[in-house]
Amino acid sequence: MARARPRVAIVGAGPAGAFAAACLLRGSGGAEIDLFERLPTPWGLLRGGVAPDHQEIKRLEDTFDRQTLRRGCRFLGNVEVGVDVSHSELMRHYTAVVYATGAQTDKSLGIPGEDLPGSRAATEFVGWYNGHPDYRELEFDLSAQRAVVIGNGNVAADVARILTLSAGALECTDVADHALEALRASRIEEVIVLGRRGPAQAAFTSAELRELGHLEGVEIRVDPEDLELDAVSHQWLEEKGSFTARTNLELLREFAARPARRGARRRIDLRFLRSPVEIRGTERVEAIDIRRNEIVRTDDGSLKARALQEDMETIDCGLVLRSVGYRAVPLPDVPFDERHFVLPNDQGRVRTPEGEPLRGVYAVGWIKRGPTGILGTNKRDAEETVNCLLEDLRAGELPAPPRPGRADLDTLLAERKPDLVTVEGWRAIDGQELDRGRSESRPRVKFASRDELLAAAAVPR
Amino acid sequence: MTYVIAGSCIKDDSCIEVCPVDCIHPKLGAPDFETAEQLYIDPEVCIDCDACVEACPIDVIFADFELPEKYEYALGLNAEFFAEQSTAERTTP
Repeated sequence: MARARPRVAIVGAGPAGAFAAACLLRGSGGAEIDLFERLPTPWGLLRGGVAPDHQEIKRLEDTFDRQTLRRGCRFLGNVEVGVDVSHSELMRHYTAVVYATGAQTDKSLGIPGEDLPGSRAATEFVGWYNGHPDYRELEFDLSAQRAVVIGNGNVAADVARILTLSAGALECTDVADHALEALRASRIEEVIVLGRRGPAQAAFTSAELRELGHLEGVEIRVDPEDLELDAVSHQWLEEKGSFTARTNLELLREFAARPARRGARRRIDLRFLRSPVEIRGTERVEAIDIRRNEIVRTDDGSLKARALQEDMETIDCGLVLRSVGYRAVPLPDVPFDERHFVLPNDQGRVRTPEGEPLRGVYAVGWIKRGPTGILGTNKRDAEETVNCLLEDLRAGELPAPPRPGRADLDTLLAERKPDLVTVEGWRAIDGQELDRGRSESRPRVKFASRDELLAAAAVPR
Repeated sequence: MTYVIAGSCIKDDSCIEVCPVDCIHPKLGAPDFETAEQLYIDPEVCIDCDACVEACPIDVIFADFELPEKYEYALGLNAEFFAEQSTAERTTP
């Protein structure tokens, strides 16, 4: 008798889940794969994170679609594992469960005033302008002249860019309609981007940094004094600096040397070696206090910022967006490493905090390695996890689950989630969004609330 | 001529897999692979075969004479990446 086909549940349909599904389909010789997603739409941060003016990157969704959903992998959207269906239920129906849930929250600054209205995580702003239904109801007050962005990574660059792009530039993207309307009325003239460490340590990719210097009608300002490297940074750049770090510094020097531009519509001001100390305001954000840092070498050889004992500087502003990193949240009934904010794992095999392997449970992407790397990093990461899974399968480590077969699970889901979104539902959403986009000469016009998405999914094609 | 990878590169390694002359770097396992923000094509080695263009899932590899204006910087950047590497090799004892 032929062995039953292995059944694999992948939890999270973002890039890591999609790369894992594609890799499994290539390598397993016929696994049945179900891709669970808590939203009605697949592809995670590719849809909800990648900036709307970076449409070329969003082309990756065609590859994901071709390599997964068009090859028999099922999409089970609008189902939240841990809420609608439990981990142990998945284990009863699947040979293996792969968690690809990413890092769903952000790190906080831990300073007074952080929770004032007008101070938010940059990731919330990103979800809002990208039409992520969880952020549909947020409001961003863009009526003040100045916004402050805290952080020196690509998310900080993205939000600084979206805050300064012209309405005309935004109108030809798939930015969410509610955000487009608010950004059109924005009175922000200046965005100050604060980096805790120096220019040599900025985490922007040079591609993102370069873009900030080439936005139509936007002046970029860098204080040449900020670019005078201290001895520690200078040595570090020579010895350990990456090609990107050197390219970034060249770009920053070029920006700093530019003459002041009169008549620029908006300004981006990059300031380094500055940390926020307190966000101030009575009803809402009115100002932020910052202080200067110096770079010091720590005992382990890494470089860190240390506060200088100087007077603080106060910047008046009406919006503060912090972008100092993502953080994963624990999942119900699965072990969690509270120190590193990942599922404890060896190359993707999840284990208990004591080191015992949890047979049949795997992790991939940010929930496995932490929030590092770029899109393609997940491809190698998925290959590693899938190789472990296939190795365990071949070694007979993964016995057939007690209730194999799709019918059982489908009955359970039909009872609990009558508004489950399958691939047909997603194609209906996708088709309507693309149609709406065509009529407005935009790549896509998104449905941005859960109700709208579910209604669109139910429209027969 | 040469092909050029623009800055939207997501480091999907499909192009490396199909390149017949191994001119796309850094390669998986190289010390600078993780820190590299994108992949680069060595203009001295590229044979203009088009294989990487077909393989790129987001269409950000261009022939040098067809580079869109916003990616013009990428021609110099790809070359610079390799120039810097060969300098490093020469100066390392």
